[in-house]
Amino acid sequence: MRFLFKTDYEDDIKLFPHSGYVVSYGLLLAVLLIAPYVLSSYLMSQLVFVCIYATVGVALMILTGFTGQASLGHAAFLAIGAYTAAYLQKYNVPFPVYFLAAGVLTGCIGALVGFPALRLQGIYLVIATISFAFIVEEILARWESVTNGNEGMRVKALSLLGVTVSRDSPTFYFLCLAVLVLTIVGTLNLLRSPTGRAFVAIRDSETAARSMGVNVALYKVKSFAISAAITGFAGVLFAHKLSFISPEMFTLQLSIEFIIVILIGGTFSLHGAVLGAIFIVMLDPFLTYLKDDMPGIIAGIAAMFGAGTATVANVQSKVAAFASLNGLKGAIYGIIIMLFVLFEPLGIYGRWLKIKLFFQLFPLYKRATFKRQKIYVKSERNR
Amino acid sequence: MLDFVQQLVSGVALGCVYGLIALGFVLVYKATEVVNFAQGDLMMLGGFFAFTFIGMMGLNYWIGFAGAVAAMALFGMLAERIVVRPILGYPQFSIIMATIGLGYFLRSVAGMIWGTDDFKIETPFSQGVLRIGSLVLAHDKLSVIAATIILCALLWLFFNKTTLGTAMRASSENMLAAYYMGIPVKRVVSIVWAISAAVATCAGVLLAPITFIHSNVGLVLGLKAFPAAVLGGFGSIPGAVVGGVLIGVIESMAGFYLAEGWKDVAPYIVLLAVLLLKPEGLFGLHARKKV
Repeated sequence: MRFLFKTDYEDDIKLFPHSGYVVSYGLLLAVLLIAPYVLSSYLMSQLVFVCIYATVGVALMILTGFTGQASLGHAAFLAIGAYTAAYLQKYNVPFPVYFLAAGVLTGCIGALVGFPALRLQGIYLVIATISFAFIVEEILARWESVTNGNEGMRVKALSLLGVTVSRDSPTFYFLCLAVLVLTIVGTLNLLRSPTGRAFVAIRDSETAARSMGVNVALYKVKSFAISAAITGFAGVLFAHKLSFISPEMFTLQLSIEFIIVILIGGTFSLHGAVLGAIFIVMLDPFLTYLKDDMPGIIAGIAAMFGAGTATVANVQSKVAAFASLNGLKGAIYGIIIMLFVLFEPLGIYGRWLKIKLFFQLFPLYKRATFKRQKIYVKSERNR
Repeated sequence: MLDFVQQLVSGVALGCVYGLIALGFVLVYKATEVVNFAQGDLMMLGGFFAFTFIGMMGLNYWIGFAGAVAAMALFGMLAERIVVRPILGYPQFSIIMATIGLGYFLRSVAGMIWGTDDFKIETPFSQGVLRIGSLVLAHDKLSVIAATIILCALLWLFFNKTTLGTAMRASSENMLAAYYMGIPVKRVVSIVWAISAAVATCAGVLLAPITFIHSNVGLVLGLKAFPAAVLGGFGSIPGAVVGGVLIGVIESMAGFYLAEGWKDVAPYIVLLAVLLLKPEGLFGLHARKKV
């Protein structure tokens, strides 16, 4: 086990606490950089979606994970970013300009949403953000002169420095990866600055933060604006990746998916946003794979236990029929969410930390280390 | 003027439906401070149970209704036991996510069992209309209004006048203290879930002639009932019904008098405006935290 000896404040807030971090993250980056030359084009496409979802996950993590303000309206911010890009592109605005414009516009709207959210707590905030998302969705469907209504908008391939970058090219993947890495590094720096500390203080106790001199209103609005702006950037990439956007893509369903990203990843660390994004995006191909191969595998197992040919064929067709049931995906989705909340409340990253600690402390690990405290005095109502 | 009254009545009827679903939200919240996002899906499931009893097995309407309510009450207890009890006492956000997951699950399972078609239940109220002058009121809508008033009154009496209701209010204030006072908190929570699932079933069955039952009806109506509960102030039984009626009236007025598209958004705009002025909703309790 490694003991870090910290002698001053600078040591405490270092981005890389020791050289192991540099090596492991360097290796990860190297693997990600050679990925497009190794993986199939389908997996590459999924990897781009992982980058986009992870960027939104980081944005949501700033707001929900670190400032403690739940939002079920992030699909609306994504939509605003995507539509800004699509609209400005029609007038031949260059990519860097509309990329920044989308972020700035979404950030401003995020701040505007932040103001009414100042007075709201818990469930009231959730419903307010849902309402905001519904209103945005309806505006996108009705403001036909700008958004083309329900028919949706085509988004041309982006051109960067005079070169056209198609949505399936490695360059586009590198662009998404760069945005994700910059977002993560920026967020890490934000979190070790006074602003980030104020966010965490507000999350832990608003009253205590206020009595320590934190301007709660200002920092809440800031958190909303930053989170929205990052989501807006992700929205531009999302629009380019899909090459077609319409209002029904940005529903409550998508907002819930983003919340699930950080919930499954773990709401207390940025690692969680990335791990959760990988989980959510890769779940779909994994389920498709199971659907295609599971009947064969189960039939094989049945045959191994000495079942007759007729029984095996029967089992195979039964399993295939079950696997192709309509809506099975939704049920699996629901079960996964419930299982995570019930048994793995710290998410995938929490599980990783537990495994790591188990080996570090080998015979001395005890489960109670990660036990959450239950609060039976309901304070959330009277906050 | 006649148009206005007609719209008003149909808005009130629609609002009572929202109010009925919102009542379920409020009940669970009042007793356990859990926000149950799967409430609409419990309603959908109740409707399907009633459809199975009445439409498929051919039982009498009232027997089928009672059977569905009883079955759903048991189901509510089961859901509480499996999903909610292990995480009682944890932050609200986890519980919200768990119930969202439960909602997903119920929707897909209902879709798998009953298919994705629309179903209709034949009820004694399906046909008739009541005429007052030139005003025409359909019986199915009147039945919803009547049922809402009756249920609301019963629940109000239950919460304020019975021992069990008082125990529920006590355990919502402070579970630990209630437990020390001899209240069996776990059983109380269980009963609350049973009651709220039963109320949801009533809503589902009464709705069946108006909106039909399909596997997504819970999501659609739940998302309207939720603002109703918030508008009234979460945790207030009359508030849920008033909020529901307000949302229903706003929706039907906006649909009639304003351009297309306003109908779906108007309730949310009003909700945001109310929350801006009164963050605790219309009837919510305003309380400050002691440090």
